Order: sequence, then C-alpha cells, then structure tokens
Amino acid sequence: MSQLLILWKRFYSLFAGVQAHWKSMSRVQRLSGYALAVLALYLAPWWPKIPGIGWLVNTPGTQFSTVLNDQVIIFVLVALGLNVVVGLAGLLDLGYVGFYAVGAYVVGVLTSQHASLPWIVALPIAVLVSMLVGVILGTPTLRLRGDYLAIVTLGFGEIIRISAKNLDWLGASRGISDIGKPPSIGPLKFGVIDPKPYYWLGLTLVFLVVFCLYRLEESRVGRAWTAIREDEDAAELMGVNTFKFKLWAFAIGAAVGGLAGAHYAGKVGFISPDNFPLQLSILFLAAVVLGGSGNMPGAILGGIMVAWLPERFRNFTDKRVLVFGIALVLVMVFRPEGLLPRRVRTKTAMRTSSDGKEVAQ
Amino acid sequence: MTNEVLLDFNNVTMQFGGVTALSEVSVKIFRGEILGLIGPNGAGKTTCFNVMTGVYQPTQGTVMFNGSDITKLKRYEITQSGIARTFQNIRLFSEMTAVENVMVGADARKTSSIPASLLRTKRQRTEEKESYDRSMELLALMGIADRASDAARNLPYGYQRRLEIARALATEPELLCLDEPAAGFNPAEKQELNELILKIRDQGYTVLLIEHDMNVVMKISDRVTVLDFGRKIAEGLPQEVRENPDVIAAYLGVPDDAA
Amino acid sequence: MPDWLIVRTFWDLTVTGLALGSIYALVALGYTLVYGVLRLINFAHSEIFMVGTFSALIASTQFLNIPLLEDGNYPYRAGGTLVLFLVFILFAAMFISGVGAVALERIAYRPLRGNGDAFGAIALAFLTAFVLGLIFVNETKANLIIACVGTAPISYSYIRFFKKGKKAPRLAFLISAIGASTAIAEAVGIWGPNRREQYQTPRILEKKVLFKALGTDVRVDYVIVIVGALLMLTALTLFVNKTKLGRGVRAVAQDAETARILGVNVDLIIVVTFALGGVMAGGAAMLFTLVYDQSRFNIGFILGVKSFTAAVLGGIGNLKGALLGGFMLGLVENYGSALFGGQWKDVIAFVVLLVVLMVRPTGILGESLGRARV
Repeated sequence: MSQLLILWKRFYSLFAGVQAHWKSMSRVQRLSGYALAVLALYLAPWWPKIPGIGWLVNTPGTQFSTVLNDQVIIFVLVALGLNVVVGLAGLLDLGYVGFYAVGAYVVGVLTSQHASLPWIVALPIAVLVSMLVGVILGTPTLRLRGDYLAIVTLGFGEIIRISAKNLDWLGASRGISDIGKPPSIGPLKFGVIDPKPYYWLGLTLVFLVVFCLYRLEESRVGRAWTAIREDEDAAELMGVNTFKFKLWAFAIGAAVGGLAGAHYAGKVGFISPDNFPLQLSILFLAAVVLGGSGNMPGAILGGIMVAWLPERFRNFTDKRVLVFGIALVLVMVFRPEGLLPRRVRTKTAMRTSSDGKEVAQ
Repeated sequence: MTNEVLLDFNNVTMQFGGVTALSEVSVKIFRGEILGLIGPNGAGKTTCFNVMTGVYQPTQGTVMFNGSDITKLKRYEITQSGIARTFQNIRLFSEMTAVENVMVGADARKTSSIPASLLRTKRQRTEEKESYDRSMELLALMGIADRASDAARNLPYGYQRRLEIARALATEPELLCLDEPAAGFNPAEKQELNELILKIRDQGYTVLLIEHDMNVVMKISDRVTVLDFGRKIAEGLPQEVRENPDVIAAYLGVPDDAA
Repeated sequence: MPDWLIVRTFWDLTVTGLALGSIYALVALGYTLVYGVLRLINFAHSEIFMVGTFSALIASTQFLNIPLLEDGNYPYRAGGTLVLFLVFILFAAMFISGVGAVALERIAYRPLRGNGDAFGAIALAFLTAFVLGLIFVNETKANLIIACVGTAPISYSYIRFFKKGKKAPRLAFLISAIGASTAIAEAVGIWGPNRREQYQTPRILEKKVLFKALGTDVRVDYVIVIVGALLMLTALTLFVNKTKLGRGVRAVAQDAETARILGVNVDLIIVVTFALGGVMAGGAAMLFTLVYDQSRFNIGFILGVKSFTAAVLGGIGNLKGALLGGFMLGLVENYGSALFGGQWKDVIAFVVLLVVLMVRPTGILGESLGRARV
C-alpha cells in the first residue's frame, strides 16, 4: 500500500510538472493546446479505435458514441446545472430530475403531442419553461432552510413524475413518442442510427453552458452564491439580497436541467414517466458531490464517472448498482470533498488586476 | 461630531418568548462620533446590534436612520441604506479569499446582475474593477493586504478580526457597528486596533462600538452608553460614566444581589 | 353514495390511515433522532427498516419454523403461543435493525466524522476488495475469497488514513448515506432467495374484527399496530427524558461541543441514538409485516421518503412531532386517495407538506431542539 502511495505522489508531481510547464508556455502555445483538446473531445467517438489505449475507454455492450451522448453528455449537463444550485449556492435539491423532465416534456408536447414545432424552436421554450418552473417552485420554498428544502424539492420531483403519469394531456403512462429531432445541417444528419451528430450537438451545448456559468461564477453573482453557501445570515447582513440570488441559482440550475432534458428528448424521440424516477435525482446529486461540489471541472468529472463507469464495466452488470453504492461510501470516506475538490480561487485577484496586462505579456 | 442624529434607537423593547432582552432602550447616535456601548455580559448589547441591523424585529419601538424608519426593512436593505456590522464570533466566508470577502461587501453598492454578468457588459466590468480596487484599498487600510488571496479560514486570528472590519467598510456604510472587535487581543493589539478605529472615524464614518473592556471604550469613545439587564442605566462622556455609581454597581455587582 | 356509507368509509379510512401513520411515525423517529443529534438526513434508515422486515421474516420462517401455508390455510396461532411468537419476532426485528443501524454508523458515517475505528476500516477494506475483485471475476464465492484476502492489507492502510480527525462537509454524509442505502437494498436484491421479487411473510395472526366503532370494523392487527406504536413512542420518550443516556442524547443534540467539554461521551451517545432509531425501525418493520404480510428489497425507499416527510411535517428533531406527522401523513394519504384517486396519493402528501412548511417553516411542532440562529 505504501508503494501505491509513493506511486500516487510521483504521478501527482508529474501532473504538477505538466501544470508548471503549461503556465510557462506562451499565449499562442496555450491557445493551440486548448484548440487541440477541444478537437480531441469532438473526435471522442473514435477514441476506442486508438490502438493500445482504446480499450480503456471502450464500452462493451453499448455503442461508444451512444454512451457518449445518452449518458455522458446528459449527466455532464445535469451535473453542471445542479452544481450551481448545490455546489455554489449550497441549496440541497433532491428533486432536480423534475426540471430535467420538464425540459423533455415541453419538447415532447410542442413537437409531437399537441403541436408540431421544430425541435430547434421548442428548445429555447423548454429552457424558459424549466426556468419558470424553477422560479415558481423556488419562490415559496427558498425561505426554507437546508434540509427542509431538500424534502420539498424531492416532493416536487415526484409531483412532476406522477402528474406526467396520470395526465392524459401529457400522454399518461404511455409517454410521448415521435418527438421532433434537431434539424439536419448539410452532412450533419440527426437520424435514428448515428448518435455522433447528437454527441457533437450536446458537446457544443456543454461548452456553451460552461462558458456562461464560468462568467457567472467569476462575477458578483458567483461571489454572492458562495457567500450564501458559506454563511447565509452573514451574507444578507453584508448587503446580499439572498432571496434574489438563491432564486436565480435555482432558476439557472433549472434552465440547464431543462436543456439537458430537451436534448435527451430530441435524441431518443420517446419519453415516458419511467424515464424520470426519483432515483435519478439522487444519481445526479451523487455525480456532483462525487466529482467535487462547487467546482465545475469536478462536477463534469463526476458526471462522466457516473455515466460512463457503469457502461465500461459490464461484466458485472447485475452488481453495478451495488458497486455504485459501495463506491459512493468509499469515495466520501476518503475524499469527502469529491475527486476534484474545489479550491479557493486565488485567481480572482490576479485576473481582475492584470486585465490589461495579460495581453502585453 | 455634529449634532445631527444619524441613528435614533427609539424606545425599543425586545422580547424572546417570556424573556425581555431589551426594555425601552433609547439611544441616539450622532454623525461622526464614536459611541461606546458597554455593559456586563448578557446586558443586551448584541441584541441591540441585532435589532439595528434587522436580525430581529423589535417587539416595540422604532429604529430611525438618517431620518427614515428602518425597523421593517429587510436585512440587506438596511445594509444598503448605510449600516454595516461585524460579528462578535467571527463570521467570515471561510472558503473565499480575503479580497473576495471584502468584495462581497463592496458588491452591496453594485447593481449588475445575471444578464450583465453573462454578457460582461462594460458597466459590469467597470463595477468588478471598482469592487476589486476598493477592496484592496480597504485591506491595505487594515494592514492585511499581504494575505489578500489567502482563504479567510487560513488567516491568523488578528487578520480575521480586521478582515471583518474591512468587509463591513466595503459596504460604504455611514454607521459602522463593531461587535467586540478587540475580543481575544493582547494589549498591544488592542492599542493598534484603537488607533485603527480612530483612523476610520477620521475618514468620516460614525462608529458604534460594543466592548466590555472598559479601558478600551473609555480611551476612544466620544460618548458612552451603558446597558444592564436590558435597560439603559447611564449615558454620557466617558469620565462621567466612569464615575456613575449605577455603572460601578453593575460592573462590581450590587451588594443587595446577595439578599 | 348513501350517507351511512360515506360515514363508514370515512372511519374506515381513518383507522387504516392511523395504522399506516403509526408505521410512518416509528420510522420517522429514527430520522428525527439522528437528525437531532447529527444534523444528518440518515438516508439509509429506510434500509434499516427493510432489513427489519426481513429479520421478521427469517425469525418466523427459520427460527420458529412457521410455513407460509398449513394445509392450504394461513398458519394461525392463538393464545399464549401467538403472543410469544409475536414478541419473539418483534424482538428479533428490533435487535437486528438496532445492530444494523449501529454498524451503518460505524462504517458509513463515523469515518466521515474524522473518528473512524478498526471496525469501520475492516468493513470498508472488505468492501473495497470485493469491488476490486469484481473487475476481474464475477462469481460470488471467488469474490468473497478475494475480498477476505484483500481485507487485511487494505484495512491496515485505511486505519492510517483514518487518523486525520477532520470532519467532512455535510453533503459528504448525505452521499455516503445514499451510497449505503443503495448498497444494502441491492445486496438483498442480489443475494436474497427471491432476488428482486416480493416475499410473503407468514400470517400467524388471524385478522379478526376486534370491535365495531362508528360503523366501522376495527381489525385486531390495526389495533396492535397503533397501540404498539404508541407504547414504543412512550418508552422512547421516557428513555430520552428520564435516563442518564437520554440526557446525554439531549445534551449532544443541543450542542455537541459543549456536551463533549462537559464530559459526555459523544461517540457513545451517537451509537445510542442510532441504536434507538434502529430499534424503532425494527419495531415498525415487524408491525408492517403483521398488517401487510410482505416485503421486498426496495420496500424501504418510498416508505423512508414518506417517513422523513412525516418527521419534517411534525417538526424534525421532535419526538412528538414524528408521531403527529406520521398520523397526519397516514390520514392525509388515505383521505386524499379516496377523494382524488389513489394515483394522486403522493402528490397530496407532498402538497400538504409544502403548505404546512409555508405556514410553519420548521414543521407543526417546530424543532424542539432548534437553536437560535444568528
């Protein structure tokens, strides 16, 4: 075991070395580094074909690019959204699946059940409606503290699912089928066979969400959220309109959840209430905390792990959930702040002060 | 110090269940002064603070600030209208850096919200820069700028106390309420803090200071108000209060207590 | 519907609602106790209840050798035998659930409090080795052997990890609880003889109508459940209010740090709290099997959610609140299903919770151990 520790330390110092090297590179070099990384991500569907290391990522039993889109992208989106609510603002939401369902159902209703709008029109509506639902749910409940909020949101998730199951208007337990697909652009065809275009679309959505959330995090808004998480009373006494910012956190989280739902509905073309069980909320929360709550890279990592690992290890399919449960306990015992814990952002100081200087370097 | 009343704490009674924490207390704070609020433990000093800053709604009485009634305002509105405070038991945002802590305070005066932050409008960027610069300035004023990018929880105790003051100042208050800022300090540190408070006052802030160390209060306060068992028992210049028999009794214990 | 039928249905619903509410209340006690002391939603408490139902099942079929059916009839017992059997099954369920809750605390929570011990390290090491083994081979016996062999070296290093003494953030506790909950339920679902199917429990109590009241037949099992729940709550209240350990529980609930300084053994008190919660859940589980004659690996989840709702409804951290919340939830669900249809039962329950919390943000009776904020 001690050897393992030494190995880990070596790996870590290697990592630190790379990091230092990265910092010493010029702006152009760094930009091209980013560009390469982004390109590699868009080429992810072919990773399993890389000789030598491809088998590491490959998912036996399911097509890799299907896993990438239907599992990884969805979980990453959801983890990003939930991270705003739980990780940044510190509001424990156990019913996040509700927003995900709202997004999917809005698309379902607008493109198939009651209208035949194109998916691309339904998407922004789905996001807005999810956001609105977030505000409607948040307005009365955000006055509640921590764990009371948890149980109320959990109830909300159930209410959404049961309503979908029992309202004929929403297709009841039959669900909604023939949901509209994203429009094909040139050679990029959003059909039923090839999941790759969906993955590329989803990845683009992830980048968009990361970009927006990063801007929020690095601003007055992000500071207000963090302050609320750290000490709500003190934050309010320092002039933070806590209710307003909590509501915003809730609404933005809901919007991202709705976006994920809309993307999911567009891909699979069929949704039913069984797609949105309460357990999914808990899985979402597990992804955020497992990766590192309050830290975007952490949340993304958590989303990837929770989505991809079960597909990677199919040889014990029957025991997947068991292993997942045990793994949650183990990770929490030994890395209670998640795999990539949030770090104090010393960066804020530097970035703001050297706004003009960085270009000159 | 002028004769203009900045804060009028008018006939306030505060009850918790059956317990009366404040009983018909009236305090006036004049613009530009340092008012010391003293009293033995449990006299109601912090309750007084909590009523002023909106943590508690008084059972009876009003709080007027700058001529307008703030009794019913929300806590953050009170802060925005110009009252800031520190906490007796330090309550910093421990995972945030020192400068971010202060920026939260400075943000109280800013208006850019979600859309502006998403778009990074020009105004938002200006505001961010203003917040940052002002915060660094305040850290420098407090003498703790060297640890600006350390997490608040990693700062030494004395730094944390001063960071609390910087954070409160960042909200650009007219009235600064300090709740036992010298708690846990040694005499030298207390001396330093005294000078700091005088410096803050000289910059135009009005200061309300809670202390139960008489010596600190007597040295820097312009006027002193004494509470005991939720009642105001004395008010006046430091030396008057020091010689007031009621005050002496409150601090030394009244003989008839034993009866 | 004629009037007499409405009245009858109403009282019918009331009786069954109170019976269901009693079970909610008993499980809610476990949530409330642990929440009061640790400020933790013990998410895995629902599985302690589930384990309790299986303990009752095993106690009656394996230890008392009661078959599910005797000559095509239910294996009814009567008189002294019945009482003896019921008490035995009750104690078995309480004992196993209590032990389970304590083990859960040791394995999944105590290490997070920065206080892990050898027991937790060994258990976690065993689980680690088991999971690692699964990557290579999926065959229960082989996995168990790998796990046993791996336990020793891994637990040695885990104990060293444990010595940190750092308390984990609250979310970590919740996720650990969720993990434990999932793992326990799955383990029963994977290795139980009926796997994921339903289990029948032998019906040894003939569900006779005990008496008629307000035009309703009151069945004996409902009476046992309601009276049993009230007795257990009374015993628990007496324990918490009158004994030295109970005083410790209240002290730690109010302020763990001060209690520690004043010489209270906080770790012991936490163990006692979990044990009490487990025992109550075990009792609830036995009463549950008495009324519903069944169990399943995932029976805990929904019941747990409901019971936690009941605890919040009454005011979490408040023993009387758990009872009130449980009864109220049971009744609301029953009346609600009758009015709007069974499928809306859960929606009604949550809407009532929401409304109550809007009016009283800390539940009907409030947090009895609530601290002043700010």
